[in-house]
Amino acid sequence: MLELKNICFSADGKQILNNINLVIDDAKFIVITGPNGSGKSTLAKIIAGIEQPDSGQILLDGQDITQWGITERAKAGISFAFQQPVRFKGVTVKDLVTLASGQDLSTAAACEYLSEVGLCAKDYIDREVNSSLSGGELKRIEIATVMARKTKLTLFDEPEAGIDLWSFKNLIDVFEKMHKEIHGSILIISHQERILNIADQVVVINAGQVAQVGTKDEVLPGLFGVDTGCRYMQGGNE
Amino acid sequence: MLNDVIKSLLAEVSGMEEIPLNGAFNIRNNGQSEGRNSTETIQIVPKEGGSGIDIYIKPGTKNESVHIPALITEAGVNDLVYNDFHIGEDADVTIVAGCGIHNCGGEDSVHSGIHRFFVGKNAKVKYVEKHIGEGDGNGKRIINPQTHVEAEENSYVEMDTVQLKGVDSTKRVSSAVLAEGATLIIKEKIMTHGQQYAETSFDVDLNGKGSSAQLISRSVARDQSRQLFRSKLSGNTECYGHSECDAIIMDEGVVAAEPEIVAHNVDATLIHEAAIGKIAGDQLVKLMTLGLTEKEAEAQIINGFLK
Repeated sequence: MLELKNICFSADGKQILNNINLVIDDAKFIVITGPNGSGKSTLAKIIAGIEQPDSGQILLDGQDITQWGITERAKAGISFAFQQPVRFKGVTVKDLVTLASGQDLSTAAACEYLSEVGLCAKDYIDREVNSSLSGGELKRIEIATVMARKTKLTLFDEPEAGIDLWSFKNLIDVFEKMHKEIHGSILIISHQERILNIADQVVVINAGQVAQVGTKDEVLPGLFGVDTGCRYMQGGNE
Repeated sequence: MLNDVIKSLLAEVSGMEEIPLNGAFNIRNNGQSEGRNSTETIQIVPKEGGSGIDIYIKPGTKNESVHIPALITEAGVNDLVYNDFHIGEDADVTIVAGCGIHNCGGEDSVHSGIHRFFVGKNAKVKYVEKHIGEGDGNGKRIINPQTHVEAEENSYVEMDTVQLKGVDSTKRVSSAVLAEGATLIIKEKIMTHGQQYAETSFDVDLNGKGSSAQLISRSVARDQSRQLFRSKLSGNTECYGHSECDAIIMDEGVVAAEPEIVAHNVDATLIHEAAIGKIAGDQLVKLMTLGLTEKEAEAQIINGFLK
């Protein structure tokens, strides 16, 4: 279980997060949504240790991890899929998936993760994770790396962005399969109605604060019925 | 019998652990030949006065290799060697050179290998060169290789050169003249530490129609080491040339790139790319989110970059 207590964060004199309190129960599928600039991505980075809060506490299974660095949190079971995946010259897809899994992976095992995200494994496994790959390909490789980690908490920052050539349904299947097989919590930052629809719990962040927490049935009608200024997409990219 | 120092250096620079029973090779140590073998298709002939060798590869020789490692295992040695490769038409061969210096003394040891390649029509050559320095003496380990390639019509030359540790100073000069349809690919990987200095200079003349050259340098400069990358690509006809200098600097390392591309013909296409900078912060963060420490992440990024 992850608990955020009174998390505040500011940057360049601007308050980004203002007293966030949130509990992420085990094995839950949670979607955080809210207007652009509301602090969602910052919140995910604070959970992963990429940003440090100005004040407040982060507890993982009751243990205070607020002062822990990125590596310690990763080892404790937190994974983070970047909104904009990082490119590496010389590091291959197999290298990255192997590092993510934390063990020596056979090519066949590494290929399985790629197949899960709809990439023809033999075409990609030895490719470098560099600018020769498209944004959509990088995004799917990013998802494959966090799948390989099999951690108790996986954060996705706008996974739908850039998934242009791959069907939306497949992305949702990946989340559902991960949720079922790993039994960990999945926390997704998204504007996509179809992702919101599979959530156990929807958290709405607005102006750096938790505006609403509830089931999708409780939250979605309010989101789509009232103009919150959010960029919600009710279609898909199929 | 080879001693352990020689065996270890041989394995490092050329992958040879013993004197092979067959295949063409020449092992040079401290300016003397430690062993040599020619085959039916590859003749190795010493030049007069022991100043080097001529390697003659018969036309049509396929899938054969030549190993010519040069070693220095004593301090205070200054070895200058001239090796000429005469590669017959339609041959397809791999040439493994490389130099290792083991210097445990107080005087500098220097190896200067001057290699010329005369590559016949339609021949294909892969040239692999690895340089290392080792030993705990104060004497410097200095390697100054020069490589000149004359590539005839439709020949293909690929040169992989690696220097990752222990060489205090190097000045690497490579030049090539390409005839019609000839291709040259040079991939260079360099890492310098401490007070080391590495200088690379490429000078390629694309003289033949349809000729192409790719010069790719990846390097890492750590500590207070310094590097200079120079390249000149001259497109003298319809041709394609691409040079790329990509460097990571760490600590107080310094890298300078001085690229030059000169088009003497309206149909010449020449490109240069240069990027010098520290390891990107988001690369470190990404690998740390996979559970690596910052040091482990840094090592992975460097290993991949120089792989």
